[in-house]
Amino acid sequence: MLSLSRKDLISLVIFAAVVVAMPLWLAPFGAAYPGLMQKFAIAAIFAIGFNILFGLTGYLSFGHAAFLGVGSYTTVWTFKLLGMEILPAIIFAIIVAGLFSLIIGYFSLRRTGIYFSILTLAFAQMSYSLAYSVLTPITNGETGLLLARGDPRVLDMAFGNQVDGAGLPFPTLFGMELGGYGGFYLCAVVLILSFFISQKIFASPFGMALRSIKSNQMRMSYTGFDIKPYLLTAFVISGMFAGLAGALMSVTDPLAGAERMKWTESGNVVLMTILGGVGTLFGPVIGAWLIEYFENIFSAINYNMLNGFFGFLPDGVRDVAVTVSSKFVGEGWHLTLGLLFVVVVVFLPGGVMEGVRRLSAYFKDRTGRTPEPVTKASAAE
Amino acid sequence: METKDNVVLHVADVHKRFGGLHALADIDLQIEEGKTHAIIGPNGAGKSTLLNVIIGRLAPTSGAVVFDGTVLTGKKPHEINQLGVARVFQTPEIFADLSVLQNVMTPAFARRDGAFRINMFRSTDNETEIREEAEAILEDVGLIERRGVNSGALSRGDKRRLELAMCLIQKPRLLLLDEPTAGMSRHDTNTTIELLKKIKARGMTKVIIEHDMHVVFSLADRMSVLAGGRIIAEGLPSEIKGDPRVQEAYLGGAYT
Repeated sequence: MLSLSRKDLISLVIFAAVVVAMPLWLAPFGAAYPGLMQKFAIAAIFAIGFNILFGLTGYLSFGHAAFLGVGSYTTVWTFKLLGMEILPAIIFAIIVAGLFSLIIGYFSLRRTGIYFSILTLAFAQMSYSLAYSVLTPITNGETGLLLARGDPRVLDMAFGNQVDGAGLPFPTLFGMELGGYGGFYLCAVVLILSFFISQKIFASPFGMALRSIKSNQMRMSYTGFDIKPYLLTAFVISGMFAGLAGALMSVTDPLAGAERMKWTESGNVVLMTILGGVGTLFGPVIGAWLIEYFENIFSAINYNMLNGFFGFLPDGVRDVAVTVSSKFVGEGWHLTLGLLFVVVVVFLPGGVMEGVRRLSAYFKDRTGRTPEPVTKASAAE
Repeated sequence: METKDNVVLHVADVHKRFGGLHALADIDLQIEEGKTHAIIGPNGAGKSTLLNVIIGRLAPTSGAVVFDGTVLTGKKPHEINQLGVARVFQTPEIFADLSVLQNVMTPAFARRDGAFRINMFRSTDNETEIREEAEAILEDVGLIERRGVNSGALSRGDKRRLELAMCLIQKPRLLLLDEPTAGMSRHDTNTTIELLKKIKARGMTKVIIEHDMHVVFSLADRMSVLAGGRIIAEGLPSEIKGDPRVQEAYLGGAYT
């Protein structure tokens, strides 16, 4: 049940190594601090889950941020009501996000194509607005849901885990508080697990059925498959992943706000998946990391840093270089991201992963070490 | 009308109207187990409509389609398939993004696991039995060499052969073929006829809609001639060939 093919096993080992070694290889990029790497891991989990719906079935949801938000709120509520233990909070978040996506998915999946996307968007925006208005008792409106000293925390109280001193309680994993790196490694482990689950789904008959649905729905139903439950399952699985990502956000920083449900968040995960490569295993992760990097590092570059970077140039030229490049960094990081997105979509419709594939094919061709397999050779007509 | 013994498919008094157009009228067909039944007729005679009614893609205005004691009318396509009815389309419907082998394995899962099952923790690579079965079928239709190819890259004739393989792996009791050789070269047509003859030996019931008289006369045990939405003649191919009404309505003397 837990076995993987040789190829997938190698991918998993490489992936795990890359994730665990993030503090090392992100250092030269100036991104090796736990708070950011945590974000990298969480965004990647969100994108991996989204890819199970969008990548395998082709159904483009524009409302996945709703499940992210639900996961966050559930986590904070679990902290408030039950206790600060992380695992139950995460499990509840996944269950509630799953139920929520079951309802939204059930209605949205009655339509296909753009109508499906619009329905999911409508549901998510509705949740966002409700969180700000009617549901304020649950979401605490604009302030966001916060922990308080007066929370019941039934289990913590029962086991005598009182808050010491004047501060708020911290989330704990089996009784231990997570420090900065603790939070990152928790997210890293969950990310590796998520990657593994996505590998299992991709390689399973279930995954093949989802891909067949994407390829030809009519043939699928005349082949004896009841399509609806397959789509709904994929939708719920990806909703649960989003809930998990939302839970981790609140675990590493125990608060939840409605802005996590906003449509820009939903759009972000779509961008991540497309940028990295829809329907590939690594693509969504790469896309998530790229976008998080731009959002957090590129946006922090300022005039002084640019002046330092172009310091070797003569004065006049340097001023021009700094003025021009300053439009692309700092507050202008959206411009760079937009251009990158356009370039990738126009020249590499399969995302960064297609670039990787083309490059490896090119090098294989040049070195001529790997002869084309027989089956591939006969493809040329 | 009474259903005779060993009749596997009974199209009983089917009418189909599209607005003012009476596309099918008084259709009564009884198809015996293990037989190949051809439906011929000029363009616009209602052949494809009839097939769509049988497969549940269109609901008849009145009448019913009974397959082996079960009323198919009103059932969903996947339910009809689960009962043992498979269909080859006029333009090949395959999973163009999947490999040839995966195209054949997917229907095998539908047959083994039913209409819905989340087998998320199994691996397709470990489904040895189904893969071997799929390879055997690909061997039969002559596509085994190309099992790893993306099926969208196949020629039209090969796509049709692939679609046939996808139906065959389900071992359906009834196979519906909508012009299985349309757009094929003479050579491909002959290979397809040979292939269909081979299936015939396995005792599968088949309904074929076909324009090509060469195909019809090589395969059919019985024929029905459809014109203007009505069956104007039914019988053995030899009888149909000589029927003056049929010649007038369709054959026009050209094929005799």
